[in-house]
Amino acid sequence: MEMDPSATAASDRRDDRPIATAPGAASSGAATDGADPRLIQIEHYDFFYGDHQVLHDIQLDIPERRVTALIGPSGCGKTTLLRSINRMNDLVEGARHRGDIRIRGQSIFHPHLEVIALRKRIGMVFQKSNPFPKSIFENVVYPLRVAGVRQRSVLEETAERCLRAAALWDEVKDRLHTSALGLSGGQQQRLCIARAIANEPEILLMDEPCSALDPVATARIEELILELKQRYTIVIVTHNMQQAARISDFTAFFYLGRLVESGPTERIFTSPKHKQTEDYVTGRFG
Amino acid sequence: MRSSFLPRVRLPGEPWVWFTAVGLTLGLAMILGLLGLVLVEGLKAFWPRRVVEITLRPAGMEGEPTVIVGERVRDRVKAGPARPDPAGGRPAREWQLFIGNKDVHGQSFRYVDVADILEVRRPRGILRFERTEYGPLLAYPVALLRPGEEPLPAADPQFFVTLNRWVAEARERRRQIRHLEKREIGRINREIESINLELRKLETRPLEDRPAPQWQSLTNRLAGLEAAYQKLAAQARELRRLQDRDQLVCRLPDGRERHVPIGRILSWYAPNDLGWWGRLKVFGARVWEFLSEEPREANTEGGIFPAIFGTFVMTVLMSLAVTPFGVVAAVYLREYARQGWFTRAVRIAVNNLAGVPSIVFGVFGLGFFVYFLGGQVDRLFYADRLPTPTFGTGGLLWASLTLALMTVPVVVVATEEALAAVPRSVREGSLACGASRWQTIQRVVLPAAAPGILTGLILAMARGAGEVAPLMLVGVVKLAPELPINTTFPYIHLDQKFMHLGFHIYDLGFQSPDSDAAQPMVFATTLFLLGLVIALNLAAIGIRNHLRRKYATGAF
Repeated sequence: MEMDPSATAASDRRDDRPIATAPGAASSGAATDGADPRLIQIEHYDFFYGDHQVLHDIQLDIPERRVTALIGPSGCGKTTLLRSINRMNDLVEGARHRGDIRIRGQSIFHPHLEVIALRKRIGMVFQKSNPFPKSIFENVVYPLRVAGVRQRSVLEETAERCLRAAALWDEVKDRLHTSALGLSGGQQQRLCIARAIANEPEILLMDEPCSALDPVATARIEELILELKQRYTIVIVTHNMQQAARISDFTAFFYLGRLVESGPTERIFTSPKHKQTEDYVTGRFG
Repeated sequence: MRSSFLPRVRLPGEPWVWFTAVGLTLGLAMILGLLGLVLVEGLKAFWPRRVVEITLRPAGMEGEPTVIVGERVRDRVKAGPARPDPAGGRPAREWQLFIGNKDVHGQSFRYVDVADILEVRRPRGILRFERTEYGPLLAYPVALLRPGEEPLPAADPQFFVTLNRWVAEARERRRQIRHLEKREIGRINREIESINLELRKLETRPLEDRPAPQWQSLTNRLAGLEAAYQKLAAQARELRRLQDRDQLVCRLPDGRERHVPIGRILSWYAPNDLGWWGRLKVFGARVWEFLSEEPREANTEGGIFPAIFGTFVMTVLMSLAVTPFGVVAAVYLREYARQGWFTRAVRIAVNNLAGVPSIVFGVFGLGFFVYFLGGQVDRLFYADRLPTPTFGTGGLLWASLTLALMTVPVVVVATEEALAAVPRSVREGSLACGASRWQTIQRVVLPAAAPGILTGLILAMARGAGEVAPLMLVGVVKLAPELPINTTFPYIHLDQKFMHLGFHIYDLGFQSPDSDAAQPMVFATTLFLLGLVIALNLAAIGIRNHLRRKYATGAF
C-alpha cells in the first residue's frame, strides 16, 4: 500500500480502513502549471440525515483545474458529498455534519463565512436541468443580477461569454430574450452550465449532468467539460463508467458512505487496489 | 359457439360505474336547469311582448262585456279549490296580464280567468311609453299639444317625427337638470357646509375672541353662495316648467283621454306593429338601458349601472387589500416558517376561517372596522363633523376590507399550493447561484407560482363579487345617490355607501313594493351577476394559461 507523505492528516488514519490517497499528489505533473493539488480538502467528514449517517469519515483532496469524478452505486453518498461542498445540504432539515471541508485552506463552515459568498465562488449543475422561468438571457445573468450588477454592458458581455463557453451561443444568439423553457433538454443543460460559470467561480460541481440526456447531447456536454477544465476545478458525480474514464483526471470510488479508493482515473480503472472498486468499474456490481 | 376457454365473467362493480354516471348527470341537470332558467327569464325581461286586447264575458246575464288591454305575462293553473271546467275535466286556468297605466288603475298587473274570455285580439296602433314615474303607459296616440300652436293629430305624417324630436329634447333637458342639481348645486352645498363648519368653530370661542373680519368674510361668502344657489335653482325650475309644457294627448284602452307631459316620457315603441327586426332593436335598447342607467321607481325600473359600478369598485379595492396580505402570509408560512405543529395549526385555522359564515365577517367588520376603526378615524380627522359620522358608518372602504378579510383564506391556500408546486430543483438552482432566500422567492419562486396565485385571487374576487350578507352590515344600500368614484374631489369616496349587484337582487326580489313588476329585474340582474362571475372565472383561466405558457417549468 503506497502512502503518500503529503496525504492530508495521514497520521489520523485508522489502518483497518481503505486508504484514500490524495489524488493530486499522486499525479506527478499536477504542480507544473501552478495548480493547487489540494484546492478542496475534505477532512474526516461525516454526514447525517437525522440519525442516519450517510458519509463516514471521508478524507479526500480535490486538485485545482482538473476533473474529479465521484463514482459509486446509488445511495453511496457521492451526491451528498458534492452538495456539501457548496453547503446545499444546509437546506435539508435535520442534516448535520462532523469534520471539515476547506477550500484554499479556509473552512467553508467557518461561522463568519456567509454561505452566499461561498456559493458565488462555486457553480453547480444539477442532474435535471433547472432553467428559471425567465428568458435565456436572464437565466445566464441571474447570478450577476442577484449580486446587484445592473450595467447593461457587463450583463451582455457576460451572457455572450458564458453562452460561448457553454457552446450554446450560436444556437440561441437570435433568441436570447425568449423563454429558456423552449430549449431542448441538452440545450437547457448547457444553459445551466453557462449560468453556473457566470459568476466566474473557481469550482464547478456537476451532479450527473448527463443522466437525462441523449448520447449526442451527452457528447457535447463532455466536450464542454474538457474545455472548461482549463479554467475551472470540476467535481462531477456520474453513474456512467465510460464517462468517468473519458473525462476525469481523478476518480474517487464510494461505497456505502465510505470512500473506498481514489487516485488518477487511469489507475483506478486499470489497476484498482480494492476488489470492490474493480468489481464496480468492470460492471460486475452496482 | 361458446368456447370454454373464454367463459362468461361477471364484471365486479359495473353498477357503480352507472351510479357515478347518474350522479354526474343529476348534477349537470341541476346546474344547466338553473342557468337555463336564469338565462331565459333574464333575457325575456327585455324582449318586447305583444299587447293583447281581451274581451271578457259580462258578469251578469245582461250588461256590457269588459275589455282589458295588456301584455300576457303568465298562463297558469288557477290556485284555490278546483272548479269544474265547463269545457271538460281540465283544470281552470288564468292569465296574468301586465296592464300598465298604474296611475289610472292603481296597479299594473291583473289576473283574468281563461273561462271568462270571449275574444282575444291584437290591437294595432297601440303604443307603449316608458315613463319617469308610474311605470309604462299603454295607450293610443291622439295628438301633440304645444301652447300657442295648433294641435298635431296622430294621423299627421309628421306626428311620430315630432314626437321623437320632443322626446329627445326632453331627454336633453333632463340631463341638464341633473347636471344642475347634482353637480352645480351639490358643489355649492358642499361649500356652504364647509363655511358653516368654520362658523361653528368660531362660535365655540367666547364672543370677544371672535375675529370680526373673518366672521364678516365668511358670512359674505355664504350670502354670495346663497345667491348663486338661488340662480341655479331658478334655472332648474325653468327647465322643469319646460318639461311639463308640451303634452301628449292619448286615449287609454277604456276610451278615456289623458294628457301626458312630454318630459315624463323616456321612450316609446309600438309593440304590435314592430317586425322581428324592430323588436330586436327595442330589445337591444332595453338591454343597454338596463346596463347603463340608474334605477327608477324603487329599483323596479331603469337600470343597474350604479350596482355594477359599486360591485366593480368594491371588488377591485378588495383585491388590492387581499393580495399583498394573503400572498405575504402564504410566503412566510410556506417558505420561511419552520414546518411543525404551529404551522399545521395555522393552516387548519386558515382553512376553518374559509368555513366561517360570511355574516360573522359582516358582524366583525361592523364592530371592528366601522365602529372601532371608523370611530377612531372620525375622532382624529373629522372631529368637526361629529356627531355626523364620516368613516364611523358603513362605507366602501370598510366593505372592501371586510370582504378582503373573508377571502384571505382562499388566497392563502391557493398561494401556498402554488408555492408548493414550484419544483425544488428551481429553488436549489437559484440558491446555488448565490441568491439569498428572499431573492430566490422574489425572482424565481413567485413568478413560477404566479399562475396559481392569480387563480386563487380571481376565485376570491368571484366570491367577493357574489357576497351579500356581510355587505348589508358594512355599507351597501338600496339606492346610493352618488357613484363612489366621481369628478368631485377627492374622486374616490371611500366613506360613501354604495350599491351592489347581490344586494340589488335581494332588494328587488324581497324588499320591493311591487314584486310582480320587480320579478323580471330580479332575473335580469341575476343573469348579469352570473355572467360577471363566469367572466371573472374565464379571465382567471385565460390569465393562468397565458402565464403557464410564459413561465411553465417542466414539473407542471
